[in-house]
Amino acid sequence: MLDQSKIDKITSDLLRHIRLNNKFVLWMGFLGISFVVCLYAYTLQLKEGLSVTGLGDYVSWGMYIANFVFFVATSLIGMLISAVLGLSGAKWASPLARIAEIIALAFAAVAGLVIVSDMGHPERLLNVFMYGRLQSPIVWDVTVVSIYVVISALLLYLPLIPDMKICYDKLDKVPKFQRNIYKILSLNWNGSLEQQRIIKQSTRILAILIIPVALAIHTVTSWLFAATSRVGWDSSIFGPYFVTGAFVSGTAAVIIAMYIYRKNYRLEDYITELHFDKMGKLLVLVSLVYLYFNLNEFMVPGYKMKKFDATHLNDLFAGSHAAMFWAVQILGLVLPILLLLFRKMRKPGPMMIIALFVIVGAWFKRYIIVVPTMEHPYLPIQNVPINFKIYSPTITETLITIAPIILVLIIITVLSKLVPIIPIQETIEHLEEETK
Amino acid sequence: MSDKEEKPKKKTRREFLQELGIVGVGSVLAGSAIFAGINYDKKKKQGDRIKVLTAENELLEIEKSDTTKVQKSKYENLTLLQKEGRDGIAGKRWVMVVDLSKCKNARKCMSACQGAHHLRPEQHHINVLKMQESKNTAPFYMAKPCQHCDNPPCVAVCPVDATFKRQDGIVLIDNERCIGCRFCIAACPYSARVFNWATPQNEEEDKDKTYNVELNVPQRKGTISKCLFSADRLREGKMPYCVSACPNGVYYFGDENEDAVTNGTTKETVRFQKLLADNAGYQLMPELGTKPRVYYLPPKDRTLPFKDEDKPEAEEHLENKNG
Repeated sequence: MLDQSKIDKITSDLLRHIRLNNKFVLWMGFLGISFVVCLYAYTLQLKEGLSVTGLGDYVSWGMYIANFVFFVATSLIGMLISAVLGLSGAKWASPLARIAEIIALAFAAVAGLVIVSDMGHPERLLNVFMYGRLQSPIVWDVTVVSIYVVISALLLYLPLIPDMKICYDKLDKVPKFQRNIYKILSLNWNGSLEQQRIIKQSTRILAILIIPVALAIHTVTSWLFAATSRVGWDSSIFGPYFVTGAFVSGTAAVIIAMYIYRKNYRLEDYITELHFDKMGKLLVLVSLVYLYFNLNEFMVPGYKMKKFDATHLNDLFAGSHAAMFWAVQILGLVLPILLLLFRKMRKPGPMMIIALFVIVGAWFKRYIIVVPTMEHPYLPIQNVPINFKIYSPTITETLITIAPIILVLIIITVLSKLVPIIPIQETIEHLEEETK
Repeated sequence: MSDKEEKPKKKTRREFLQELGIVGVGSVLAGSAIFAGINYDKKKKQGDRIKVLTAENELLEIEKSDTTKVQKSKYENLTLLQKEGRDGIAGKRWVMVVDLSKCKNARKCMSACQGAHHLRPEQHHINVLKMQESKNTAPFYMAKPCQHCDNPPCVAVCPVDATFKRQDGIVLIDNERCIGCRFCIAACPYSARVFNWATPQNEEEDKDKTYNVELNVPQRKGTISKCLFSADRLREGKMPYCVSACPNGVYYFGDENEDAVTNGTTKETVRFQKLLADNAGYQLMPELGTKPRVYYLPPKDRTLPFKDEDKPEAEEHLENKNG
């Protein structure tokens, strides 16, 4: 049996970060002010229309849509870590499950807002439910993303119930209403075998359910593009291409979160170097699969160079988007794979830097997927102002693009001040199993 | 009691005479009133009575002065126009034929269209493009309206049924429904759609107008617009704005069901199938499976050569396409 002092240490270690400190207040203040500035930019867009963006009749989807794809992509990591790794019995990943779920929930929920920021008439959002047409991939997307948000929320909440009880018992310094919330959320948890069985079973069912739903959200998102006849989008591998890409950006997001939490909340004993090593290997694996799909996506049409494909690919390989294209492919994909093959690079510090490159690369990769295609329609772009031919985002548009990123950071930060980001109950159980 | 009973008897004669007088005068008055009334009715019958059809399909005749005009609210008018606009014109299958051999890049079609639909200068429902297919082929001018595809990709992807295909073949937009997601712009391979990024051209003047789906006026910020084959003009039995405005006889417009198309400039009506057969008519990118309702006649025997100053722009497109 595990002795009580050890359990107490774990509990106090993992509850330590649930308190307000100056660092948190400063950070939240910074996020809050930035968010208000970005919201102001959005009010400008509401007033003036989408003319405040760099979009035009030809490049009519730009950063907002790229951002949306990035958000949906990153949210897929919840499924990979809690479902795929969880179900396959990879025990090392279980302390990371909650971080992954928080990231998944935050990104998926905010993705819905990102798409609203792109609408010409956001106040008509309800039309999608009132007049929704089943033929439209947008309706599929709205459906599956909503389901994914619900399942992710449950998958975050269910394993949290025992910890809520611990929070209620141990955190006697927090405000009364906060303790009451813990009490309500703990649903009278008493740790009985029956309760444990119910939680284990329902978590398992959710973990199974979330796999097809997660695959669906990003496959359907890829179909928003692949369902058109446009050069660069008209591809039959867009579904798996997007899904594998999603794992890359999601894994990078989790690594960054791991690093920051570990350092700030002194969780070195719980998020160990072993976890970084394993996550590094996971990043190599998913990146290799993604590289394979990239090879297919660009090599096959590049070999044939059909008339319209050629225009598009020449622009990507050697034209106006070449710098971004190669930076994304090399700095955001090939180099990280090569570096992470070395054990030394899978230490927390280097991993953090590599993951930053990967996630920034992942964002620009979505830009590369969305924008150049729109600049290359079948018929020539004529009799319109020059800014209709070449897309250059405005400052207002950039601020509106940053807003959801800030919102995600706010959600992640606030959640980490309310719930233990490493599952306490599970950590204790694992230790008990090991000592047996 | 008896006294009282006798009293009326005593006064009977006088009263009788009085009453006789009153009745007499009354009858004369009443009679003349009836007579006048009948005459009045007769007179009115000619012009002041109208026939009305009730909701129960009963034909009634009522005095005109009794009627009050039912003022339809703006909303009711809008609903009517929206319904009419969605239904389309029964029995028709509109087609357009663009004769590229006649196009001299006069651009009267573009200006007529922009005027009718209150478009900003950079917004084109119809756009005359300078085209060149490959290095050694001749450049030519090509007017490009919406192709009103029979398998329209824009209609397929619209999440709210704001853009739709009518029975007469026209693809329209209801900008009261449109959410501004621009998926249709992404889906259209002909770049036929424009968006109201900013405040529309005539927003101030148009603000009290009831929105007409068949004209897409007033234009609305944050919604899509595109060529409508001038559905409002077709309803009046007229040719589309661009077709009527062309000075060079480029456009033929008509009904596929009748197999007849009329030239907008010469007003000459010809057989649609024969026109295509005689001139090797074709469609734009039929390989995409969109089934366009706009046909082109090849740019041979042109009356006006392609202007030198327009060549770079045509080639620019070519350069892009061939790397």
